[in-house]
Amino acid sequence: MQPYIKHTSIAALMDRSNVDTDQIIPKNFMKKVERTGFGINLFHNWRFLADNVTPNPDFELNKPAFQGAKILVAGENFGCGSSREHAPWAIADYGFNTIISTSFADIFFSNCFKNSILPIKVTETELASLMAEIAANEGVEFTVDLAEQKVTTPGGLVINFDVDAFRKESLLEGLDDIGWTLTHEDKISEYEQAQKKRLPWLWENA
Amino acid sequence: MTKTMYEKIWDANLVHEPESGSPLLFVDRHLMHEVTSPQAFEGLRLQNRQVRNVHSILGTIDHCVPTKDRYNIVDAIAKKQVETMTSNCEENEINLYGMDSDQNGVIHIVVPEHGFVHPGMVVVCGDSHTATHGAFGALAFGIGTSEVEHVMATQTLQQKKAKTMLVKVEGKLPAYSTAKDIALAIIAVTGTAGGTGYVMEFAGDTITDLTMEGRMTLCNMAIEAGARAGLVAPDQVTYDYLQGREFAPKGEYWEQAVAYWESMKTDEGAEFDEVITLKAEDIAPQVSWGTSPEQVISVTGVVPSPSDFDNEVKAQACASALKYMDVQAGQKITDINIDIVFVGSCTNGRIEDFRATAEIIKGKKVADGVQAIAVPGSFPVKIQAEKEGLDKIFVEAGWEWRDPGCSMCLAMNGDELKDGQRSASTSNRNFEGRQGKGGRTHLVSPAMAGAASIAGHFVDIRDWK
Repeated sequence: MQPYIKHTSIAALMDRSNVDTDQIIPKNFMKKVERTGFGINLFHNWRFLADNVTPNPDFELNKPAFQGAKILVAGENFGCGSSREHAPWAIADYGFNTIISTSFADIFFSNCFKNSILPIKVTETELASLMAEIAANEGVEFTVDLAEQKVTTPGGLVINFDVDAFRKESLLEGLDDIGWTLTHEDKISEYEQAQKKRLPWLWENA
Repeated sequence: MTKTMYEKIWDANLVHEPESGSPLLFVDRHLMHEVTSPQAFEGLRLQNRQVRNVHSILGTIDHCVPTKDRYNIVDAIAKKQVETMTSNCEENEINLYGMDSDQNGVIHIVVPEHGFVHPGMVVVCGDSHTATHGAFGALAFGIGTSEVEHVMATQTLQQKKAKTMLVKVEGKLPAYSTAKDIALAIIAVTGTAGGTGYVMEFAGDTITDLTMEGRMTLCNMAIEAGARAGLVAPDQVTYDYLQGREFAPKGEYWEQAVAYWESMKTDEGAEFDEVITLKAEDIAPQVSWGTSPEQVISVTGVVPSPSDFDNEVKAQACASALKYMDVQAGQKITDINIDIVFVGSCTNGRIEDFRATAEIIKGKKVADGVQAIAVPGSFPVKIQAEKEGLDKIFVEAGWEWRDPGCSMCLAMNGDELKDGQRSASTSNRNFEGRQGKGGRTHLVSPAMAGAASIAGHFVDIRDWK
């Protein structure tokens, strides 16, 4: 996984709540067996007109000022719905590495960390301030510093955020999750041996 | 110290809690389908890693399967996905109910049919509706593809402990109200984010009165309330369902297993972080009117207006949903006309669901201009329905009787709404475009879907002949 480094990037505004995974990546684009190339399908149904090709001029991410944005600022309950990792794959492939909202759906939230995307939870007031700053100055660049757990803006906002210590370390270092877990392989084997004695019927078909 | 069922399962499956890092939770059962697994197998291959416990996995092919002419997968990319699932399972000797199996069907229907999930287990699948298996008192939840790979390689997950919510439903349900209506009524209270960060335990006499299939429908939709998982305590209903099934404990193990399962129930007096209570008598048949499962109301109600919400975000969501759904504030639910009816999915694709629809449509005809499709959740469901003559009732009423698959629940297999079409659907999500770009979905129970197919609009089945 790519390490997450401090950056200053355009923040795009998506003033919608409950953005679900069916919007992030509609199901017709989930038939591939690869992890790559989903960015072109991100928000397809909102992003393109009925011909599926022409960019929808009314869709916020199509605004020229938001091109190249790495930070997405969106309304509450972002990523609700299905467990499809195609959603964070599409988001990352499109170019975002940070999403700021007041809340995220559980599965989407953990999927982000597996794909070098930092989901940042802020308060309603903080979100309103961030959104207002973008609305007043589209194309504005925010700075995200994961090590310091801080978002700063040219308008003078300084927002400190919480992040689980282990997830932070994993993102900063670009750690391989499976590799880390396998350093505890002895504990897993121990557990399995004990379970075979405790609940033998679970291993009957082994 | 008293504990909830969730806390007991957590403790029983905790492999290791290192000082720094993440707790590791042992995974007992891993369910798999073609859409969310190929990249995980590829990941294993690239790292030269093996599947740790093959016996813990059960797979099926369901999302991309056509329900007419099932071998004719027109979309080459979908076809490749199905072939990839088949070869990945073959290579790794994974038990797959594939395209040629008479046990094939939707993963969350097939797994219980085989008794593969037991109370007290930790169960995962790259699919959010894994919550279904909470009906057995198992901690069952959806994971992403990276985690699918992680579970295959390590048999564990890096997990954070969730908060607990008790959802108590008490009393007798009105006629024709079902587990689906309970689920929708709960989501109307909690909202789609109300359960975020929680595992919900459903309790109360209304819940214990439900059949296993009803409990599956209810737990299936826990994810639509944002919950990580839903749970129902195991009881005699659970044990009667499980006993004798292929992967259920056998012989001397049966009694031992039941004793273990009994010990995993929530202790009396155990504290939950949150408690909500609903009265069953208040739960009339439900119909969703918007683009989120929380935008739902009794069939006797009217479509709300943004001004009915004191929360600005919900008011805005209402306005946007009215526009997308092309319904008007104040419009009676029973005045909404529909084009397509779908009965099926992991929510409502079991035998009791088809019986419920059949009872309503028997001897009647589908309304002019309405297309109605019945998609059994699995071949065993289909065969059982045919034994009972249900297929004839459907066909004589003008319904299409299809082969199993996820079908129009998420419309990956070619069964979909066209732009502007409106459905009465027994599935679980009414998100924009869920059933096809521009399609409009109303979530209902199987009986309500049956009635809508005949009337051509929603009806209150309680006073409908």
